[in-house]
Amino acid sequence: MTTASAVAFQLLQSVFVVLVAPLLIGWVNQCRAWLQNRSAPSILLPYYTLAKLFHKDAVIAHDASPLFRLTPYVLFGCMWLASGIVPVLATSLPFAPAADIIALVGVFALARVFSALAAMDIGTSFGGLGARREMLIGFLAEPAMLMTMFTAAFISGSTQLTTIVDTLAHREFAIHPSLAFAAVAFAMVLLAENARVPIDNPTTHLELTMVHEAMILEYSARHLALIEWAVALKLFAYFTIGIALFLPWGIAQAGDWAGLPLAIAALGAKLALGGAALAVTETVLAKLRLFLAPEFLSTAFLLAVLGMLIHFLVLG
Amino acid sequence: MNLSPLAGSLACVAAWLAIGALSLLPGRDAGFARRFAFPLGALTGLALAAFGLESAWAPVEQATLPLGLPDLPFHLRLDGLAGFFLTLLGAVSAGVTLYANGYFRGETRARLTLIAFEYHVFLASMALVILADDAYLFMVAWETMALSSYFLVTTDHRLPAIRSAGFLYLLIAHLGAIAILLCFGVMHGGQGDYTFNALRTAELTPFWATGAFLLAFFGFGAKAGMIPLHAWLPEAHPAAPTPVSALMSGIMLKTAIYGMVRVIYDLIGGVRWEWGILVLAIGAGTTLFGVLYALVQHDLKRLLAYHSVENIGIILLGLGMSMVFLGFGQTEAAALGLIAALYHTLNHAVFKALLFLGAGSILHSRGLRDLNDMGGLIRTMPVTAFYFLVGALAISALPPLNGFVSEWLTFQTALQAPLLEHGVVRTLLPLFAATLALAGALTAMCFVKVYGVAFLGQVRTPRHPAHAPAAGAGQDCGGAERIGMAWLAAGCFVLGLFPVSFLLILNRICVALLGGGLPESALESNWLWLVPTSAGQASYSPLIFLAVIVAVTGLAFLLVRRFYHGRVRYAPPWDCGYPEQTARMQDTADAFGQPIRHVFGPLYLMTRHLPAPEDPAPRYSLKIEDRHWRLLYLPVARLTEFISGKIGLLQRGRISIYLLYSFLTLIALLVFVR
Repeated sequence: MTTASAVAFQLLQSVFVVLVAPLLIGWVNQCRAWLQNRSAPSILLPYYTLAKLFHKDAVIAHDASPLFRLTPYVLFGCMWLASGIVPVLATSLPFAPAADIIALVGVFALARVFSALAAMDIGTSFGGLGARREMLIGFLAEPAMLMTMFTAAFISGSTQLTTIVDTLAHREFAIHPSLAFAAVAFAMVLLAENARVPIDNPTTHLELTMVHEAMILEYSARHLALIEWAVALKLFAYFTIGIALFLPWGIAQAGDWAGLPLAIAALGAKLALGGAALAVTETVLAKLRLFLAPEFLSTAFLLAVLGMLIHFLVLG
Repeated sequence: MNLSPLAGSLACVAAWLAIGALSLLPGRDAGFARRFAFPLGALTGLALAAFGLESAWAPVEQATLPLGLPDLPFHLRLDGLAGFFLTLLGAVSAGVTLYANGYFRGETRARLTLIAFEYHVFLASMALVILADDAYLFMVAWETMALSSYFLVTTDHRLPAIRSAGFLYLLIAHLGAIAILLCFGVMHGGQGDYTFNALRTAELTPFWATGAFLLAFFGFGAKAGMIPLHAWLPEAHPAAPTPVSALMSGIMLKTAIYGMVRVIYDLIGGVRWEWGILVLAIGAGTTLFGVLYALVQHDLKRLLAYHSVENIGIILLGLGMSMVFLGFGQTEAAALGLIAALYHTLNHAVFKALLFLGAGSILHSRGLRDLNDMGGLIRTMPVTAFYFLVGALAISALPPLNGFVSEWLTFQTALQAPLLEHGVVRTLLPLFAATLALAGALTAMCFVKVYGVAFLGQVRTPRHPAHAPAAGAGQDCGGAERIGMAWLAAGCFVLGLFPVSFLLILNRICVALLGGGLPESALESNWLWLVPTSAGQASYSPLIFLAVIVAVTGLAFLLVRRFYHGRVRYAPPWDCGYPEQTARMQDTADAFGQPIRHVFGPLYLMTRHLPAPEDPAPRYSLKIEDRHWRLLYLPVARLTEFISGKIGLLQRGRISIYLLYSFLTLIALLVFVR
């Protein structure tokens, strides 16, 4: 593979992800509307919303510090970076070795800390409430996330997503029972980290039950648009991490242009399925009380640990 | 002048002692202590750091000083390990000392001379602990360190709370010192002398080796603040003046880590994996305990002190993993663990000193220590706010700052677990890594709380300022303080962005201690990429990471400006349309910790008073105590008191009874000793 070609692949993937991410949100919303017997909005609605928000004037509280104005850009940057690390279309991307899965979890943590800080910046009661709850969910989800990652890392002997995907995708088909546990745990973490039902409700209008929405109440216009876009990117990144770990088949090598159409088609199919599954989960589950979140996430953690133990048992 | 590293380091120690002595000179308004002592001390620190760095590439040096008792001269030795800790001491103390110059400016003459004297003796004694090459000098320096820091802690000795904090510190320091002394005794085994060389070559049976290990681990652990011997730490660190807290938390705890590594790896040798499991278990407990108690604190300095407990736990996790691997003969993985532990030692020194200095600036300019009285400081103290943010992000182990690198290395060590043959141990290591992950996420929550409550939000009206703010109150910190904090903040960036150069030094230490290290070729070939084992396995490039994140964030900013606009209107906060928002409606530090108290309730000993609904003057109170007090400290204290009471019966204060004792002793000796 030539370097220039690989770099072109990297850039292509980064641009592709940024442009496509809101589509996934649109798809999930559409599926959910169908399941709930509502007439579905256009799948392009998230794009219209973003365009509308970008055109508006930003309204900022008098006391806002520079941190408040910087945060939307940092969030967007973090999520964009994350999407550059994850092998979405191809493995062996030139940028991928700069950060492994532990660093990837670190990027999400960085974004979370910044959004929580920005929420507390204005000094409103809802902001603090949201920040507190977000950090609660964050510290519960992060170890579970790392444990699922470790299970995959033990199987492939590497913390590089690229290597993990290569090992898992290009081997004889073998069922790893440990991966099944890890997959369930990862799905639970995905729901929690992306503020979905049953931990949070992205469409809620009740301030007192909000988590993520409470943190961004003070944002408007382009700042809000960037945050919404970052949220879409984060969901997309989590989906693609899940796909890379548990359903990696069909992915291309960087620089392998012939494999690209197949990779895009495979990705589209997997995302469509995953998004529909998310819509089903959100329809059949109710939001949990906040203090049931620890139970939910410690279950995820224990599942991930079980997966890891099973890996060692099968080995030894 | 061309000094060898050892001679240079000794010169620095002498310089610190001289500065301390000169500060005592009775001049008008303590001119020397006020103007020159601290800047000169900081320069000496820088020189020491340079000598320490130089020694990483120099051969091991030894020297004997004709001081001490007759026939018992002081032995000194400077090898890679000592050089690394000297660098840590010099570099971190340089920032803190410069800051101290501004911080202590308002002190009265008598207090200032004493502080300057004790402060520099404290620094010199820490350097001597690291340089010592015999048990005798080591203990002398260790005790000097304990005593000088005791006097610094009790600077405000008129307050009873500070006196009792100082007493507790002194007590536990001496328990630790006794254990260390016994450990040297065990290693000595009645033969040879007390130079480290003799101790190194002494052959110990596994029983005595384990005994020496336990004594060293708990003896040094008492100084490091690991559970259950941590009780002094959250009392003593907040009691001391802030630069001293920074020194104690940043550097003094690290001398204990130095002692552990020196004694366990170097002097005892033959590390067993069972020892590693003990270190891991206590390390994991310390980590979780420290961060969970930090989360429910509202006194900023106490909170930072609990985080020091946590970080010592993280260092112990790295050490423990390294010992487990070493016990199983996996030198390369053991080196990785030791490197992670030592790198976290350095990182913690830098960011914890920075955070303490930030807390000191708030205390100095506002007289505030209680988080619940602060708020909105970012608007009036933007410089402090910026540096504190750097420290907070670093301690929360967020990339690309330095805390992340050492935690990353610790995770990588845990992921070497498949190398182990022992099935149970193999599954244990990743679980300890999970503890670390939990602690890292909790730390992030804690520092969101600290930063959000203290620096962000609206200004709260203080109810209890700790003391009257100094002259020029309400201002941001002054010049010397700024440079001191900037130096440490730069350290967070440099250590985070260029880890490979430091890893090369640490790797040499490992080769010297363990007889093997990471493949040097992997480290040397590429300064940009951190590749501890092999390229396909794990890699991390902080510089590229930072470059990309800055580029992407900047690109997003430019694109938005280019295609849309940058218009902004200012308005009152929206807050869902509620107009009567006041500063009291914000989350306080206690409110922010409430989910933690809920989730981890059984860990805390809480006394809560909830007002009745019809109470006309409702008061809500909450007191959280350390469970160790009831479970360990108070029973031991009661037992000691009981035994002392019984022994006190012997002491009647009448000379005839004492003569009777002498008589009985003589008879006994005549009967039994022939």
